[in-house]
Amino acid sequence: MSGAIDVAFRGRLGAFELDAAFIAPAHGVTGLFGPSGCGKTSVLRAIAGLTRLENGRCKVNGEIWQEGAAFTPTHKRAIGYVFQEPSLFPHLDVRANLTFGAGRGGGVSFDEAVELLGLAPLVDRAPHNLSGGERQRVAIGRALLSQPKLLLMDEPLAALDRAAKDDILPFLERLHDRLALPVVYVSHDMAEVERLADHLVLMEAGRVRATGPLAELQSDPALPLAAAREASVSLDATVESYDATYGLSTLVVDGVRFQVPTPPQKPGDRRRLRIAAGNVSLARTAAHDSTILNVLPARILSHAAGPYEVVAVLGLGAGARLLARVTRRSWDHLALAAGDEIYAQVKSVSLAR
Amino acid sequence: MDWLSSEIWIAIRLTFTLAFVTTVLLLVVGTPLAWKLARSRGRWTDIATAVVAMPLVLPPTVLGFYLLLALGPGGPGGWIAGLWGARTLAFTFEGLVIGSVVYSLPFVVQPIRNAFEAMGERPMEVAATLRASPTRAFWTVALPLARPGFLTGAVLGFAHTVGEFGIVLMLGGNIPGTTRTLSVAIYDYVETSQWREANILAGGMAAFAFLVILATMAIDKRFRRSAP
Repeated sequence: MSGAIDVAFRGRLGAFELDAAFIAPAHGVTGLFGPSGCGKTSVLRAIAGLTRLENGRCKVNGEIWQEGAAFTPTHKRAIGYVFQEPSLFPHLDVRANLTFGAGRGGGVSFDEAVELLGLAPLVDRAPHNLSGGERQRVAIGRALLSQPKLLLMDEPLAALDRAAKDDILPFLERLHDRLALPVVYVSHDMAEVERLADHLVLMEAGRVRATGPLAELQSDPALPLAAAREASVSLDATVESYDATYGLSTLVVDGVRFQVPTPPQKPGDRRRLRIAAGNVSLARTAAHDSTILNVLPARILSHAAGPYEVVAVLGLGAGARLLARVTRRSWDHLALAAGDEIYAQVKSVSLAR
Repeated sequence: MDWLSSEIWIAIRLTFTLAFVTTVLLLVVGTPLAWKLARSRGRWTDIATAVVAMPLVLPPTVLGFYLLLALGPGGPGGWIAGLWGARTLAFTFEGLVIGSVVYSLPFVVQPIRNAFEAMGERPMEVAATLRASPTRAFWTVALPLARPGFLTGAVLGFAHTVGEFGIVLMLGGNIPGTTRTLSVAIYDYVETSQWREANILAGGMAAFAFLVILATMAIDKRFRRSAP
């Protein structure tokens, strides 16, 4: 059932030249990531049919929404769209907003959406009595209730303050876990992408720079993500066990075990680990008298040297990749090179979700 | 109420009937016009805007003159009147309605257009992403959101029609019960030195105008407060 999101848009929008094409799987969350003004929103609007570019192709799950002269107007596309500002209808209360586009069909029911997004206390209120975060949750519920086959989200958290963001992110993660609804999620905030996205489309100045699974792009030394100060990798892991004495979870990624201090976890649950490049150091031998819990045999796959530091891509177990950032002096001192078998010392692992 | 002669009552009833019919027609004609002007850009929009706004600056006598030509036996109005055997639309109530609609158009179109513009593109886009056809979106989103513009437009259109004088005089003459509106009646009373009647009507209309302005201000304030 999982088809693809296959789009290509080319054209001028004002002074801006857009030439973006990508194919992404029509399941899970595809992050459309790039700096502000790189054309992410334009691509999203074109997928929705809100902007019409004459040279465009848009196919979702085999359904053609735009190709050549064929163009399906927005209201005939099975999409849900969450705008950056919640854009609730001010003349309708929350319930009427939620049901505005509610269609028949076997998707999310009103009660499910209300439960999923914690809207029960809000349904009889007017939009202007809600906080920014509450409004955005209603807007997400409204989009879900229109029974979309594709959910498009345009930086839904960008207009919110930190607290409201933290309030909504868990709801978005629940959406991801509970609904088999493909999402295209536009963001310029890597922290959001790391938490939510499975697949990444990296945009730059109106073009697609790269596309692929999140972890793969994060650990590609040719891309700016790996060179960034906050470079990290996201690894999808399964909880194996939980040690209540020390509050330590054992999580498995591609056969590699990580021990992470966490609140209690249920074995079998899926979690996402985030490991920053700056928290991984390299050693020729495994130190057993260290406070570092995760010392893992690894192989150096490649490296990219910057002016002060070297970022190395490490392969672990059955294919998981890590980034390690070390000083150039250490790199030369240990005479490290691609292909070397070494030990990765992971100082800190956090749960992205 | 014998202190007001029956001819005054006839004039009052006529004036308010005229204003009511004109306002209803203005909303019917003005809404699509305002929508079109609010949502398009370019030279033709500017030209249409200017044409709609002309009655604001044209002397009523000029407008009345052209309307007289258009509605008279030699113009299209005469041809239309011929459909039911009449010779002309001038000097009739229907002619007066047409004249009033043209004359008060900018007072209705402008507030509605402003309301549509203030709404922005976003609500219509949201409606489209929620599967609402453009027609459904217009009725369920654009119209309710522009409600203050409609109220202001209706009040202004009504009041402006109640108060018009030049056009009525040019088009209608002074036929009691058909074209003799309040403002024309005042003029008449002054001409014939019936100061008491003129005073009553003038005072009444001044009070009416004051109340109308107060009402539009109240509408404005209420909607500004409940705005998101």
